[in-house]
Amino acid sequence: MGNVIGIGASPKRKEDQRFLTGRGNYVSDIKRPGMTAGVFVRSPHGHAVLRGIDKSAVLAAPGVIAVLTGEDVAADKLGSLPCGWGISDAQGVPMKEPPFPMLAQGKVRFVGDMVAFVIAETPEQANAAAELLSVDYEVLPSVVGVLEAVRPGAPQLFDDVPNNICCDWELGDKAAVETAFRKAAHVAKLSLVNNRLIGNPMEPRAAVAEYEPGTDRFTLWTTSQFPHVVRFLMGALVLNIPQHKLRVVAPDVGGGFGVKQFHYGEEAVITWAAKRVHRPIKWVASRSEGYVSDRHGRDHVTEAELALDETGKFLAFRVNTLANMGGYLSTFGPNIPTNLYGPLLGGVYTTPAIYCNVKVVFTNTVPVDAYRGAGRPEATFVLERMVDVAASEMGIDRVEIRRRNMIPKEAYPYQTPVLVQYDSGDPMGCLDGALVAADVKSFGVRKAASASKGKFRGLGYSTYVEACGLAPSRFAGRLGARGGLYESATVRVHPTGQVTVMIGTHNHGQGHETTFAQIVSEKLGVSFEDVDIVFGDTDRVQFGMGTYGSRSLVVGGAALSKATDKVIVKGKKIAAHLLEAAEVDIQFEAGKFSVAGTDRIKTFEEIAGAAYVPHNYPLEVLEPGLEEQAYYDPVNFTYPGGCHIAEVEVDPETGTVTLVNYTAVDDVGTVINPMIVEGQLHGGIVQGVGQALFENAVYDESSGQLLSGSLMDYCMPRADHMPMMKVATHSTLCTHTPMGVKGCGEVGTIGSPAAVINAVVDALSHLGVTHVDMPATPNRIWRLLQNASLPVAAE
Amino acid sequence: MKLFAYHQPDQIPDAAKLLTSIEDSKLVAGGMTLIPTLKQRLASPVALVDLSKLGNLKGITDDGATITIGAMTPHAVVAASKLVQSKIPGLAALASMIGDPAVRRRGTIGGSVANNDPAADYPAGVLGLGAGIVTSTREIAADKFFLGLFETALEPSEIITAIRFPVPLKAGYAKFKAPASRYALVGVFVAKFADGVRLAVTGAGSGVFRVPPMEAALSQNFDPSAIAAIKIDTDGLTSDIHAEADYRAHLVTIMAKRAVDAALS
Repeated sequence: MGNVIGIGASPKRKEDQRFLTGRGNYVSDIKRPGMTAGVFVRSPHGHAVLRGIDKSAVLAAPGVIAVLTGEDVAADKLGSLPCGWGISDAQGVPMKEPPFPMLAQGKVRFVGDMVAFVIAETPEQANAAAELLSVDYEVLPSVVGVLEAVRPGAPQLFDDVPNNICCDWELGDKAAVETAFRKAAHVAKLSLVNNRLIGNPMEPRAAVAEYEPGTDRFTLWTTSQFPHVVRFLMGALVLNIPQHKLRVVAPDVGGGFGVKQFHYGEEAVITWAAKRVHRPIKWVASRSEGYVSDRHGRDHVTEAELALDETGKFLAFRVNTLANMGGYLSTFGPNIPTNLYGPLLGGVYTTPAIYCNVKVVFTNTVPVDAYRGAGRPEATFVLERMVDVAASEMGIDRVEIRRRNMIPKEAYPYQTPVLVQYDSGDPMGCLDGALVAADVKSFGVRKAASASKGKFRGLGYSTYVEACGLAPSRFAGRLGARGGLYESATVRVHPTGQVTVMIGTHNHGQGHETTFAQIVSEKLGVSFEDVDIVFGDTDRVQFGMGTYGSRSLVVGGAALSKATDKVIVKGKKIAAHLLEAAEVDIQFEAGKFSVAGTDRIKTFEEIAGAAYVPHNYPLEVLEPGLEEQAYYDPVNFTYPGGCHIAEVEVDPETGTVTLVNYTAVDDVGTVINPMIVEGQLHGGIVQGVGQALFENAVYDESSGQLLSGSLMDYCMPRADHMPMMKVATHSTLCTHTPMGVKGCGEVGTIGSPAAVINAVVDALSHLGVTHVDMPATPNRIWRLLQNASLPVAAE
Repeated sequence: MKLFAYHQPDQIPDAAKLLTSIEDSKLVAGGMTLIPTLKQRLASPVALVDLSKLGNLKGITDDGATITIGAMTPHAVVAASKLVQSKIPGLAALASMIGDPAVRRRGTIGGSVANNDPAADYPAGVLGLGAGIVTSTREIAADKFFLGLFETALEPSEIITAIRFPVPLKAGYAKFKAPASRYALVGVFVAKFADGVRLAVTGAGSGVFRVPPMEAALSQNFDPSAIAAIKIDTDGLTSDIHAEADYRAHLVTIMAKRAVDAALS
């Protein structure tokens, strides 16, 4: 018995000791004997034919060991980078899925597309040699925007993908929606852009690869959120390496946000190359390289229409979106703007009919894939902006129109018209809580105070729900997933009672080493310090799908909970034998097995000891040892949600928007560690505020050059952009996860952009402004004010 | 980064000689622009001549009618200087707004002025105050020093040793920070002297420039209202992904008013 720290406590994070004292072990810290340095040569053009590559100058440069190109990949008959999801159009025609070679073949399709890999003795030599590669490009016109890409006559990325449309996807009952629109008392319309984002995890991507001829085994250390999936995709589908001959390790990883949940060509190239040169190789991306190769996020252009009756009840919602895929299909690419978008368009409302069409479009840009929230922030933004536009047009208060349409708490489980069934929730409770916490009642006083300083103040709401805990495999399979989405955990109890957990999720900032230890500490009654969580190594962890989609606690935690329960079941059998009682009479509580109604007990340590020294042990019916494993496949998504209220002040002289107050009341189900949940909400909200006010990936339309290609031009949110946030939870329990948890990793990012933009529009509504595209930069706001119907208030 | 030779002379003539004798050599002061450029392999000088060991290039002296700041004085020192704060508070304020704390500890006034980045802060203060740029060979008036995008009147082997600032009656700086880089999207420095007002703008165009109509108006009436109606022509102003030229022009007037406010407060 020791220091039990269980569910609901907020111990300091176990992992922070090593991070804060500089003892983390990141990929770029890894050094292998005889290690070489690899550098990728990337396309400087958005779109070009590769007419030829002359390696000779590079090969002659000092220290160069090898230069590999797409021709070498083709000669070795390696596979294309696979897409993990296959979606189809309304007729069931599969999406166009052109090959994505790990080094470009025939053509380059975005600035940053990989053309060659140069391996040299040192990074300096590799960098210097890489500059000598002579590539004969025939530059073609680029197309970077979705509207332009689908126009007749637009540059075509692939010969067999007409109009650059990968898939013309739809969801919902189109006819029912049309009928509802014909009967509507009011139709509100909105056109909007969901801006393109770049994830910018603090640690750039990196990889080290090694081949051991003695065992014919490969090891890849990579900055990944899902090493087992990389092993499968890369080993089985790209490099033809049997799974047992490939070890993938994702050690400490400095942030992911989705950017590191894909199988990247760099991983395949470096692993393949390590065997070719018979030397370990390290590659570490520079920040600039990350900008043109880390998968980007969002990038939608949308037209939406909401049909309402005369009382403001939503009758039908119709959404048409063009979604940018970039130059190739990334691992989850086509799934994000379709399956993770359309099913969320019901939001927390009772809208009976919804139709969504998404054209998934190739352009000469970095491939687009999941970024924190992934599809759900886009859906929430369309819906929550639409609600405000409708309220304003119909003269109904924004809170009141939400109340009139909200799913009441009693109506759960609630089947939406867009596939998903919400198991639990209380959106009205979150709204009521947030109204009080944000002190909405006295907003008028604050607005008047701002006005006296010549500033415009606005308040914005976002009442939202999301779907996470990815994912029920069978359901996902019907939607096009090509893999399972369960999770696994092994609980290994050592002879002395300490516990090592092997889990298939990956901790890269979320605090899993703490949260999962709390679950074990609570359930087994062992000391919090006596539990270690192992992840990120395919040789140590049985299997796993990794961390993304707010799934680690929901799916991984459930597997852990199940495995822990199995340990208790076995422990009871051992205790029954030792205590000479019937198994049904054994109780387990607070780390002690006891015979019900007696004072006869065995501690958890005693049982563990007996399991490993089975002298007095029921060997005829029970195996020695105390180690259990569980796989968990969820029966449904989980549906966290809540109400976010943003308050902004706009300086009409400069157009600057300042976020002055932020309140979030979220339903994330059971909270294991309140401090960690609060941190996740804070971080998520800041990223959403980043999208709303600052971040924007901008391409030059003709050349396909990324203009916002560094932190000097891509504005990340900073501490001084943020007010002190008020964050609270108003939880209903998930009805189908073992602990009632719902997940909290993405809610902040999903709820916040709409709240912020609704606040900006509110601040400017007296000038006739009805919509502001993200990011609401000073330049953009100033221009809106120049064009606004009323003169800007003078000083 | 590519390999280069590194020299650390302790006499100014030695530094000048190294610059002349080694083709493709560069001076490094704080290195806040040069080092990132080297790391990105955008520049590859054969040799760097480090100014940090040269004597007498650091520190701030009070000469009564002028304040002299040694070229190797970091921004943080200027910002925290009681002397600068009392004699030219606008200049101390400007120094406190440059970059971030790390940049302000390393970056130097001489390096900033010699680099003449079109969005740097110091050029606005130097031109706005009509300072003298003291070099290894002469003193150059600010009005003759800044020649446009990254160009100055410095000869190839000439080294800035100090900046001499006339003490104004009042001075103020207002900066609208570029959202990502926090360089000046538009920065305006205004200084009132007994014989008139000088006003210099950074960030808006390809280099720092003065605005004579605003100077004339403020010389008559040193109050924000005097320039509220003066618009700047967009010709020659920068348009980029953060701000188009007309927005920058608008900001010049707004920031000029705020600079006057700052000078008066």
